[in-house]
Amino acid sequence: MTTTEVPTSAEGNPIGFGRMHRKEDARFLRGQGTYVDDVTLPGMLHGAILRSPFAHARIVNIDTSAAEAHPRVRAVITGETLEGLGLAWMPTLSQDTQSVLATDKVRFQGAEVAFVVADDRYAARDALELIDVDYEPLDAVVDAKKALDPDAPVIRDDLEGREDNKIYDWEAGDAEHCAEVFDQADVVVTQEMLYPRVHPAPMETCGSVASMDPVSGKLTIWTTTQAPHAHRTLYALVAGLPEHKIQVISPDIGGGFGNKVGIYPGYVCSIVGSIVTGKPVKWMEDRAENLMSTSFARDYHMTGSIAATKDGTIQGLKVDVLADHGAFNGVAQPTKFPAGFFHIFTGSYDYDAAHCNVRAVYTNKAPGGVAYACSFRVTEAVYLVERMVDCLADELGMDPAELRMKNLLRPEQFPYTTPTGWEYDSGDYPRALKEAMRLAGYDELRAEQAERRRAFEAGETNQLMGIGLSFFTEGVGAGPRKHMDILGLGMADGCELRIHPTGKAVIRLSVQSQGQGHETTFAQIVAQELGIPPEDIDVVHGDTDNTPFGLGTYGSRSTPVSGAAAAVVSRRVKDKSRIIAAAALECSPDDLEWEHGRWFVKGDPDNGKTIQEIAFASHGNLELPEGVEGHLDATAVYDPPELTYPFGAYICVTDVDAGTGEVKVRRFIAVDDCGPRINPMIVEGQIHGGLADGVGMALMEVIAFDPEGNNLGGSFMDYLLPTSMECPSWETGETVTPSPHHPLGVKGVGESATVGSPAAVVNAVLDALQIRSADMPLTPAVVWRAMQGSPLRNDLAIE
Amino acid sequence: MQVPDVFEYERASSVDDAIALLEKHGDEARLIAGGHSLLPMMKLRLAVPEVLIDINDLEGLDHIRIDGDEIAIGAMVRHAALLESALLAEHYPIFADAERVIADPLVRNRGTIGGSFCQGDPAEDLASVGTALRGSAVIRSSAGERTVPIREFHQGPYETAVGDAEMLVELRFPIRTHIGSAYAKVERRVGDWAVAAAGAFVQLDGDQIADVGIGLTAVGADGFTCPEAEDLLRGGPATPERFADAAQLCHDLCAPVTDQRGPEDYKRHLARELTRRVLHRATARARGEES
Repeated sequence: MTTTEVPTSAEGNPIGFGRMHRKEDARFLRGQGTYVDDVTLPGMLHGAILRSPFAHARIVNIDTSAAEAHPRVRAVITGETLEGLGLAWMPTLSQDTQSVLATDKVRFQGAEVAFVVADDRYAARDALELIDVDYEPLDAVVDAKKALDPDAPVIRDDLEGREDNKIYDWEAGDAEHCAEVFDQADVVVTQEMLYPRVHPAPMETCGSVASMDPVSGKLTIWTTTQAPHAHRTLYALVAGLPEHKIQVISPDIGGGFGNKVGIYPGYVCSIVGSIVTGKPVKWMEDRAENLMSTSFARDYHMTGSIAATKDGTIQGLKVDVLADHGAFNGVAQPTKFPAGFFHIFTGSYDYDAAHCNVRAVYTNKAPGGVAYACSFRVTEAVYLVERMVDCLADELGMDPAELRMKNLLRPEQFPYTTPTGWEYDSGDYPRALKEAMRLAGYDELRAEQAERRRAFEAGETNQLMGIGLSFFTEGVGAGPRKHMDILGLGMADGCELRIHPTGKAVIRLSVQSQGQGHETTFAQIVAQELGIPPEDIDVVHGDTDNTPFGLGTYGSRSTPVSGAAAAVVSRRVKDKSRIIAAAALECSPDDLEWEHGRWFVKGDPDNGKTIQEIAFASHGNLELPEGVEGHLDATAVYDPPELTYPFGAYICVTDVDAGTGEVKVRRFIAVDDCGPRINPMIVEGQIHGGLADGVGMALMEVIAFDPEGNNLGGSFMDYLLPTSMECPSWETGETVTPSPHHPLGVKGVGESATVGSPAAVVNAVLDALQIRSADMPLTPAVVWRAMQGSPLRNDLAIE
Repeated sequence: MQVPDVFEYERASSVDDAIALLEKHGDEARLIAGGHSLLPMMKLRLAVPEVLIDINDLEGLDHIRIDGDEIAIGAMVRHAALLESALLAEHYPIFADAERVIADPLVRNRGTIGGSFCQGDPAEDLASVGTALRGSAVIRSSAGERTVPIREFHQGPYETAVGDAEMLVELRFPIRTHIGSAYAKVERRVGDWAVAAAGAFVQLDGDQIADVGIGLTAVGADGFTCPEAEDLLRGGPATPERFADAAQLCHDLCAPVTDQRGPEDYKRHLARELTRRVLHRATARARGEES
């Protein structure tokens, strides 16, 4: 559908899919958003967390007396206090436990040790310095590759019977078949690579305001969460509070990227603080706390091997992963899949031999793992396969575009079952790659590159040029209840739609926007289905007392799951409106036809009722057929039959200064296929943001640790995020391949660009330098060292 | 939110008043100008001054002007003014080269040249610029003014010639003819401190180098420079081979420290590569071949 065919509302917006300004932006542009830190309650107190300066140490003693004597301090809470309440440890989203406030040991730098509640945040911060903790430092496990050494200190001695730092071994695919294929292959290329630890670093840090009403026994918590309902249920399970006495409110959220999926000790501390003091307690972490203690992403050490015939037909891919999970296994993903969706690593290509081994270990680093728009580790998987394909191209002396085109799945193979069991819904991969190459002017770029290389070799320039490709397939929209749950909670989403008598509507969602524009997109879905202008539709989300249950927004699941729920609930309303329209028009529902928000009698287009007229009639005294209740309201729960599989072809052009190692991204061409686009402007915005993420990870972002386990990325001076200066003007394109099983055909797009882009940037830099491997982030030093043949270890302090 | 420890705040009304306040409060007092180094350190509680003396109201310290045979720059001149100065662009494009890669517009709108010098950060770009140009610093106390060569101003990381109850009020740079100057920096991202940087001026007498100044940033170069490389170049022809030799001396004689911006060998390499580049550009500018 093109925008010209879309009817528009009185305000000029499309009634349905199409470009329109975001409804929520009016308040953001005026500075009128309400974030957690904007919440102020009468008598509210402020909390601050004392954190460990050591990566690994035994706590000998904590003396809080001086802090308690501070005139503005109301309470000091330690692990001992929490032990009395049974709250010193809490479950993670991966069947592990995590320390809320340390009782025995601290296990990473920044670990939570004590919580001060004071009259204001300044006093709370000052009082932290009055707490005297006696630590006995222990050796830290910093290098994941040494976590399983026999002499490595055991980090989780709190877990009974634990004698080493291994969390799990997990595998997928057919190892035996893989071995056969690799034995007989003409060419096998093996490459080690690191997807280093990075951080989502949302603009708004994490925090909460907890208010326990001592009279009603109701706990209200305003908190930075992408998953309010999941949090409510977990609080109920952990704290033993009745679920109907807990209200989780997630107001405006300043970016999440997976950072705000889990429950952090600070949230629990603010709740305990409110229970202990009888007052509301606000806790808002600062930037360093966010970077050092909240959910990181990646940290996958991967060794891939790819097998092919000598003419470039890929036959198999296998990979061994060493996954660094930090001190607690705090990843958030469906229970069945401890390594997330990593086993989608076979990517977008046609071959039948694949196998992966994932070994996860504890280290003395912050917990987390699934965050930063990773699409449940599809990011790591796509990076692996797209780097391996380039390594193969290098080995064979083939153009990487030609090699990809030769091996991409063909449209007639869909639905396609991958060697590790994923069922790709639909796709036309060659079309997307051809479109990206057309937009890029691929052949001209290669010619320019050859000329540049000649000039470089002649000593006329020190500027090299590289062209990098990446083709990704994501599995998003988790997920089907038959396969997926988190801590036993199925991943279906509820949705409620209420139509007021005047034809205005309110839709209530379980998912929670962190900036993705849900208030617009979901209004447009209802508008598309019912013909009610988007400005007449209120979108309610982020409040567990006022929305139906669902697991929240992450893994690009909002439109695939809740978007489908919104379409289904709208269709229920529409079905009912037909019956009521028929009653009003004194005809059979079968005699009616629908167009642009109006039922009319077939062959008599002037004789009809608009959805607004029907809404009024449904609330009025119109006689309804036997068994039909009044009103138009409806509810739905959407259980996705399968995941959806957005895909895309990305091309990056870089200029590399061979004298200094500096990289400049000159162009970035992104062709995304996420099915039909509800609001193309919002989709493009998501892609722009994800591409910036990708450039950041490829070129500058990393959290490394020194030999003592000190976090070397604890501020924005050390943890570098890309700015507009590092980003080119993005060139986006699209193809449209609807999902056959989604009511709207849409596939989700939130993480596509973050997933797909890093490999394109890295491939472009390596293409410029004509070397096979270097690990992200490709800072000038890393590039220069790679050129010298002495690469740096990016997850550790530079030596 | 990161908050500093408790401190007192005074607002100085004149240079004399600022110096009097420094005398009154002793060595736990700090002057605050742009605050873009001091405030972050206070928020991280790396700096815990007891008193801040705000000098943003002071007048007569925001000039960039010709004074005799020198260019005089007031200590409160903001980075943004240095970047935009037509006078500096005419005489010393090295300033604009450096300012363009110092922090970001927000910081440049507030940060001052005096603050940059007095912070004494080993990665400070303006320190190398001033060193390359062999300028001088005017320091005032209640006893009067004294002038210190910039090459004696920095006495170690975060240590300068400015004593207790003294205030840097002006930087002065000699006006030279037949010269070009340039600055080049490698950073991991716009706004980051330098991984390494180099600046130079070249004064030509025909094809001969009459005088030259080199500044080196963030590579542990003694006094932000390499006099041996300057001596090698001075009085000889301006040729690529001699630039390479001088750059090699910078590589050999600097003493960079490995950190997350890069390993020692890479920083040495940059000292050489960037010195070579700025000598080329400064010479091209001196010859009018490049703007």
